[in-house]
Amino acid sequence: MSPSPQVSELKQVANELRKTILKTIAHAGSGHPGGSLSMVELIVGLYWYALKHDPKNPEWSERDILLLSKGHACPAQYTAMAYQGYFPMEELKTLRRYPTRLQGHPERGKLPGIEMSSGSLGQGLSMANGIAMADRLNKRDRRIYCIMGDGEIQEGQVWEAAMTAPHHNLSSVTAIVDANQLQQNGPVKNNQGIEPLADKWKAFGWHTIEIDGQDIEQVIKAYDECKTIKDKPQAIIARTKKGAGVSFMELNPAWHGVAPKPDELEKALAELEAAAN
Amino acid sequence: MDKKATRDGFGEGLLALGDTHPDVVALSGDLEDSARASAFKKKYPERFFSVGIAEQDAVGTAAGLAMEGKIPYVCSFAQFITGKTLEQLRMAVCYQNVPVKVIGSHGGLSVGADGATAEALEEFTHMRSLPRMTVIAPCDALEAKRAAIAIADWPAPVFMRLGRAPVNFITSESTPFEIGKANVMRDGADLTIVACGQMVEHSLLAADTLAGQGIQARVINLHTIKPIDAEKIIAAAKETGAILTVEEHNVLGGMGSAVAEVVVQNHPVPMRFHGIQDTFGTSGDPADLLKAFKLMPEDIVSEAQELLKLKQSFSVAK
Repeated sequence: MSPSPQVSELKQVANELRKTILKTIAHAGSGHPGGSLSMVELIVGLYWYALKHDPKNPEWSERDILLLSKGHACPAQYTAMAYQGYFPMEELKTLRRYPTRLQGHPERGKLPGIEMSSGSLGQGLSMANGIAMADRLNKRDRRIYCIMGDGEIQEGQVWEAAMTAPHHNLSSVTAIVDANQLQQNGPVKNNQGIEPLADKWKAFGWHTIEIDGQDIEQVIKAYDECKTIKDKPQAIIARTKKGAGVSFMELNPAWHGVAPKPDELEKALAELEAAAN
Repeated sequence: MDKKATRDGFGEGLLALGDTHPDVVALSGDLEDSARASAFKKKYPERFFSVGIAEQDAVGTAAGLAMEGKIPYVCSFAQFITGKTLEQLRMAVCYQNVPVKVIGSHGGLSVGADGATAEALEEFTHMRSLPRMTVIAPCDALEAKRAAIAIADWPAPVFMRLGRAPVNFITSESTPFEIGKANVMRDGADLTIVACGQMVEHSLLAADTLAGQGIQARVINLHTIKPIDAEKIIAAAKETGAILTVEEHNVLGGMGSAVAEVVVQNHPVPMRFHGIQDTFGTSGDPADLLKAFKLMPEDIVSEAQELLKLKQSFSVAK
């Protein structure tokens, strides 16, 4: 069965984003390509499908909230925001350069549309819960998405927050784990194992959905499902590959935090170009 | 008037805010009774959030509430809510510049019998090192109540230290209270004693004794350690020529250090730093501990006399 027009369009967007993410990091001369590439489908599924937002009015009172807790992957978010029209594409070239709005890790208040500062891992889900509590008091009906890495959830605070959300019945919160299998120094399972992930989130009281996070169709279906759950928070365990989309970066920890050199960029872009056609 | 703990004054202030400030909410991790947030919890249950014994999550959750316009008071022991959470306070609260109010009860030695692990003695140092953080340590229950109310409209993150043990009232409704404005509680020209918390009362008692010896000590209640009232400190340095700082806190990096940063850059004068001399607390009756750690009025008198000798030797050298 051929994919629906919407899915094939989103696939194209993802391919396009991957190219721009790599160009942006290469231009900056530093950054985190691996974790940016792994979450491309998750980000595309939000900005192009599930997330209620208005790039021309980032403070829109009815907007959903997206918190990037794995802040080092911000090139993927910045790139998506630029394509969506939050700021000119040209500005991507200022990433990590003084006095940019595109900080090396996101800074709330600097760039409209960035809802939360991050860069110190493990903190986003607590803030998602706090926002959901405020929304309840303010009688505001909207969703809060929080993207975390699989290495990130080694942080104890994540599990404190994972207990808080179900205790307070925060069904507007969706936790997304970009389970890309690697952290800075190698496989997550070698550093400190976190499996069985789905069982853990279920046991903590979350409606848990496990998907192939590189399959945009599964991603948007998971987002749809989350919107129907009214009695508990939801966790999406997105099985992904660090560096997804570029053969020599995929599942290679060396690409956690280095920018591609010109020849490497060229090779990566050629691969992505070929994949698009 | 009977003695009352600053934590009790805070509790009254928080309760009053429930009525006047609909955006005020409170969070605690099973210490709402100790931090005196229980009355607020009882009257405004929908605005109180129990977050478990999980201080890092409590601070992050408070930040989330503040990001959406709430004014969260996160209430716990001073040691745990600043010690376990420095990173959360740094990124989620101060870096994001959201007006979370961090309320730390059981500050200083007044915890007493529970001993060192709960006796916060380093939190001024940690909290004032965070950009955008305001640091307040009220001297009595009335000041604590007024501070609790004042910080709700203060558009910045705040740490406020409270004590467990009842203390005497040394302020009245007519005493000014303004965040960032120190109060001169007694005037004098021979030296200045700058103190906060319970040490203000002890410093005033010390000043009485000194007056009997013909020494006139100015006493400043530095209830706001940050932003510091540089103007009053510089004036004290110029007009009295010697400054003694007194705090129920480690002298390294605490209130005294904050005063010294102002003095040495504007009008250097001899100083002495009285407080906890880089050590931990211990178990005991709070009154016994204050004696053991030399934080009684008579100890402050001795320190003042030592400082005056130093002042004398400096003026001779000139």
